Amino acid sequence: MSELQNNSLVERLAARFGDLLKITVANGQATAEVDAQHLLSVATSLRDEAGFRFGELVDLCGVDYLGYGQTEWDTTDVSGNGFSRGVEGEAVGRFTWADRPRDVSIPNRYASVFHLLSIELNQRLRVRVFCADNDLPVVPSLTGIWPGVNWFERESFDLFGILYEGHPDLRRILTDYGFVGHPFRKDFPLIGNVEVRYDPELKRVIYEPVSIEPRVLVPRVIRDDADLIQAKAEAADHWREN
Amino acid sequence: MSSQEIRNYTMNFGPQHPAAHGVLRLVLEMDGETVVRADPHIGLLHRGTEKLAESKPFNQSIGYMDRLDYVSMMCNEHAYVRAIETLLGIEAPIRAQYIRTMFDEITRILNHLMWVGSNALDLGAMAVFLYAFREREELMDCYEAVSGARMHATYYRPGGVYRDLPGKMSQYRESPWHKGKDLQRLNAWREGSMLDFLDAFTADFSKKVDEYEELLTDNRIWKQRTVGIGVVSPEMAQQWGMTGVMLRGSGIAWDLRKKQPYAKYADVDFDIPVGVNGDCYDRYLVRIEEMRQSNRIIKQCVDWLRANPGPVMVENFKVAPPKREAMKEDMEALIHHFKLFTEGYGVPAGETYSAVEAPKGEFGCYLVSDGANKPFRVHLRAPGFAHLSSMDVLVRGHMLADAVAVIGTYDLVFGEVDR
Repeated sequence: MSELQNNSLVERLAARFGDLLKITVANGQATAEVDAQHLLSVATSLRDEAGFRFGELVDLCGVDYLGYGQTEWDTTDVSGNGFSRGVEGEAVGRFTWADRPRDVSIPNRYASVFHLLSIELNQRLRVRVFCADNDLPVVPSLTGIWPGVNWFERESFDLFGILYEGHPDLRRILTDYGFVGHPFRKDFPLIGNVEVRYDPELKRVIYEPVSIEPRVLVPRVIRDDADLIQAKAEAADHWREN
Repeated sequence: MSSQEIRNYTMNFGPQHPAAHGVLRLVLEMDGETVVRADPHIGLLHRGTEKLAESKPFNQSIGYMDRLDYVSMMCNEHAYVRAIETLLGIEAPIRAQYIRTMFDEITRILNHLMWVGSNALDLGAMAVFLYAFREREELMDCYEAVSGARMHATYYRPGGVYRDLPGKMSQYRESPWHKGKDLQRLNAWREGSMLDFLDAFTADFSKKVDEYEELLTDNRIWKQRTVGIGVVSPEMAQQWGMTGVMLRGSGIAWDLRKKQPYAKYADVDFDIPVGVNGDCYDRYLVRIEEMRQSNRIIKQCVDWLRANPGPVMVENFKVAPPKREAMKEDMEALIHHFKLFTEGYGVPAGETYSAVEAPKGEFGCYLVSDGANKPFRVHLRAPGFAHLSSMDVLVRGHMLADAVAVIGTYDLVFGEVDR
């Protein structure tokens, strides 16, 4: 996907939808943000109108923005006793079920992100819809526009608990029958909540609270130093030599 | 005569069924032998790969990608590695790009051989499987030569590939199973380097494809089982998010290698086969022809790689480890090595979607980074997942035995469907 194509797509999008879409371009890919209330009309136009013709919905997934930018190691301040290897697990699932972060107050925690592909015009577009309510994330279902999105929405519901309004068959899809919780939410521990084993006395498989301890092998670190900039420059230099 | 009430009944197909290609539980509502409704239950192989990837530095998840679609390993790695490279703003050296192109195509042949063998087995032809696995074994040796592992290679890395192609192919040793003339034949191709081996393989492979075709293409039973079965119209293919052979079998000439080229696909010569009727038979023909085209690409890559030595990894020690010799005397190199393997590298905040034309269709990786040394969110778009979701629409009105043909034609692998 060339820059040129993208720019003209962005121009067309801006001309057609105006303030309905918030469009950004990064890494040569266009992203449009749209409010849930306008989603269905915008999506229908994106599929049908000349200049867009996004006949195929390639991918849809949920994203949980809880803890975005959160780290386990403070690298900006110098501490008196240096970095300890014993890191308290905070980020991304490295906590027990009892310690999971509970009072969560970030606006727009959940988003549903989908990728569109136009085979006719050879262009792609990423669309993001934020869910207004963190406690009951709801977005309209796209199944009426692209029937193939059915399972992708079921997956997003299963893993993130995002409800797709108007979906004909919003069942769990990947997790076990009778599973409790939405495992890809950032406040769901990586080790899970329950474990199963066969009980020889009861002669059946039983569920028990998980017995293993969460571990942090590599802490989550965001470095604000010149590493990345330097890395980029070095890569560019090297590439020129080749 | 007393009237009899006929009721539809529900049938369980799988999860342990040889034709289900893994762990698919298919709940079928049957009217006699006709399928009225199909409800695939998936997730029996769900491992939470995406969540696991969020808890590890970027490089440590490459090996998980192999285990998604475990018959087209390196193509999965390619999508993930390319997503990281896009966010980092680095590009692999030309030689690495050619190696990736070559191994993507080796992988395509591996996948299609598996497919043609197992699909034929499902539909009643035993012999094709044995023929196909003979060549699969040769290509598995290439995987092993280059990475040390026959399947889960972890060979592609952000910034290139792990190491250059080996100068020597390992040979078979004498054993009760390989001896005498048989041993000589097996080792005849393995005298020189891996590129010599691939030269010999590509020169021979089209004859091998002819052999599979001889067994199937004009086979009356094969045609009865596949012609007119599971017809996908071009409109339906798009509505259901189909990609790859499922799309091309219906006559849409869409291939990311041509339309949105990555690696070195723009510089090699190949054709995109398309089907006409969109049935299982056409998709079979497309896959067979794709093997021949992949063979062509491999040949071109071998020639280029032979003529153009060079680096296969960016010389950027924030992303790629320094040479082991350098580490012995250079403090900087030692520090780089330590930092890279204990902490990894931070990837600039942002998001990207990178897709490759995997043998089964578009395999995509949607990567969100918040600047940390671990991804914030990884979503893997598996072609099989989208294809299988259309099962209900496609199989309605077909006979039970045709459901097997349809599962086969999707080319499903549950590693990627369940993730």
